[in-house]
Amino acid sequence: MRRSRLRRLWSVYGGYALGFVSLFLIWQLASLYVVSSVLFPPPTVVFRKGLLLVRNGILLEHLSASIQRILAGFMAGSLLGIPIGLAMGSFRPVRKLLEPYTEFLRFIPSVAMITVAVIWFGIGEASKIFLIIYTTIFIVILNTAAGVSAIAPNKIRAAQALGATRAQIFLHVALPATLPYILTGMRLAMANSFTTIVAAELIAANEGLGKMLWDGRLFMLVDDIFVSLVTLGLLGFGVDRVFRWSIYAFAGKYSPAM
Amino acid sequence: MSLVSFHDVEKTYRSLQGVDYTAVERFSVEIEAGEFFCLLGPSGCGKTTVLKMLAGFEAPTAGQIVMEGRAVTGASRDRGVVFQGDDSLYGWLSAVENVEFGLRMQRVRPGPRRERAMRYLELVGLKGQEQKYPAELSGGMKQRIQIARALVNEPKMLLMDEPFAALDAQTRSLMQLELANIWQATRTTVLFITHDIDEAVTLGKRIGVMRAGPRSQVKGVIEVALNGARSRTDDVFLRYYKQVYEMIRDEVAKSIARAD
Repeated sequence: MRRSRLRRLWSVYGGYALGFVSLFLIWQLASLYVVSSVLFPPPTVVFRKGLLLVRNGILLEHLSASIQRILAGFMAGSLLGIPIGLAMGSFRPVRKLLEPYTEFLRFIPSVAMITVAVIWFGIGEASKIFLIIYTTIFIVILNTAAGVSAIAPNKIRAAQALGATRAQIFLHVALPATLPYILTGMRLAMANSFTTIVAAELIAANEGLGKMLWDGRLFMLVDDIFVSLVTLGLLGFGVDRVFRWSIYAFAGKYSPAM
Repeated sequence: MSLVSFHDVEKTYRSLQGVDYTAVERFSVEIEAGEFFCLLGPSGCGKTTVLKMLAGFEAPTAGQIVMEGRAVTGASRDRGVVFQGDDSLYGWLSAVENVEFGLRMQRVRPGPRRERAMRYLELVGLKGQEQKYPAELSGGMKQRIQIARALVNEPKMLLMDEPFAALDAQTRSLMQLELANIWQATRTTVLFITHDIDEAVTLGKRIGVMRAGPRSQVKGVIEVALNGARSRTDDVFLRYYKQVYEMIRDEVAKSIARAD
């Protein structure tokens, strides 16, 4: 019984574990024998430094600053983007009206908006949150609208013939059919949020993982730079897992291929 | 007394290039209450257009469709629909939840709702499969869900748009047999769209043969005086097959010639 459970765990997570172990092993070997330099510390040194920064609370301070900004901006961006996307996908006039905005603004990268954000909102939280909203909202809108227009017309017709009202069709057909697309949009937006927050914190911030990178460069704290990079990677990986899992939990029954 | 009558119905579609296409014109037919009416025609003759108008998904450009003395103006749960493909099923709901959908919209309480849904799942032979999701079921089973989902609402009429066309031959003939049994049991009025003569003679009480499109109409209606189980090897069956075939032969030829 315990054996078979172990085997199942291995079949699900074994590949991952092996992948991660080999990643760090290659890194370790490369930094010891290939690029032996203080500018490329091995993972053992980075983890020791990371542990130190966790103990004295510095890493947590930077981490929580970045996470809070990402979460606030990401939530606000999604909460605004989902209804706008639903409206654009459902009503042609709304789409025509709003498309100039979305099609124009989404090509201006959020990194390019940093200067404007700092001028408008200062170097505090507001400018960061603005940038994350900016980076989130268009991807969520686009994916949500695409999801609505991808609903098979027969799903709507079937509901009409079963006596559903317009509101019921929206709630019980359009929304669940679009949810996998919304989650995919949010997943992509989350990845972009990481890019944006680091770039913004590099330029103007008092704390955050980006600020940690900048300070590392300024004071030649190479180990700190690597701690920040590894933290970003692990954080992103963890958040993306959560999204993949929720997309699968919902869309898995819808289409096993997703 | 007819349940549904089409009075000189016309449907013209305008393409994006602004070219008009008249699918049906002066289309008239009567469907009796309780009968199994097959509408048979070559591909592209406007059969599905007729069904969409009766379902209320599309409005005629001229003429009128009347059901029980009232003009059809939109979709209604009086007319349940079974679609050809499986894209009308709700993939995020299990088989039984799909069947319950109409009752849930009517705010029927969960207890009686489940009970009624299970009764219809049993009727269509899906007992034991109720917790599965559509993606886990075969094409034939998915069509069974659609049939149960429409019937549980107890519509006055069932509209079926080539529901077995995408199934393999064996599954199709099994489904035809079961549909005939379901119809015997429920006596719901059925409008069944098909391009398959064999299917029409197997199922139909009356068969309306359509002309080749565009501007299609009903060329003639053949009454099939066969009761109970119909066998493809019966002389009478073959006689009806031949009669329908002779009526539709020229139309199929025309339809192919126009398509080329």
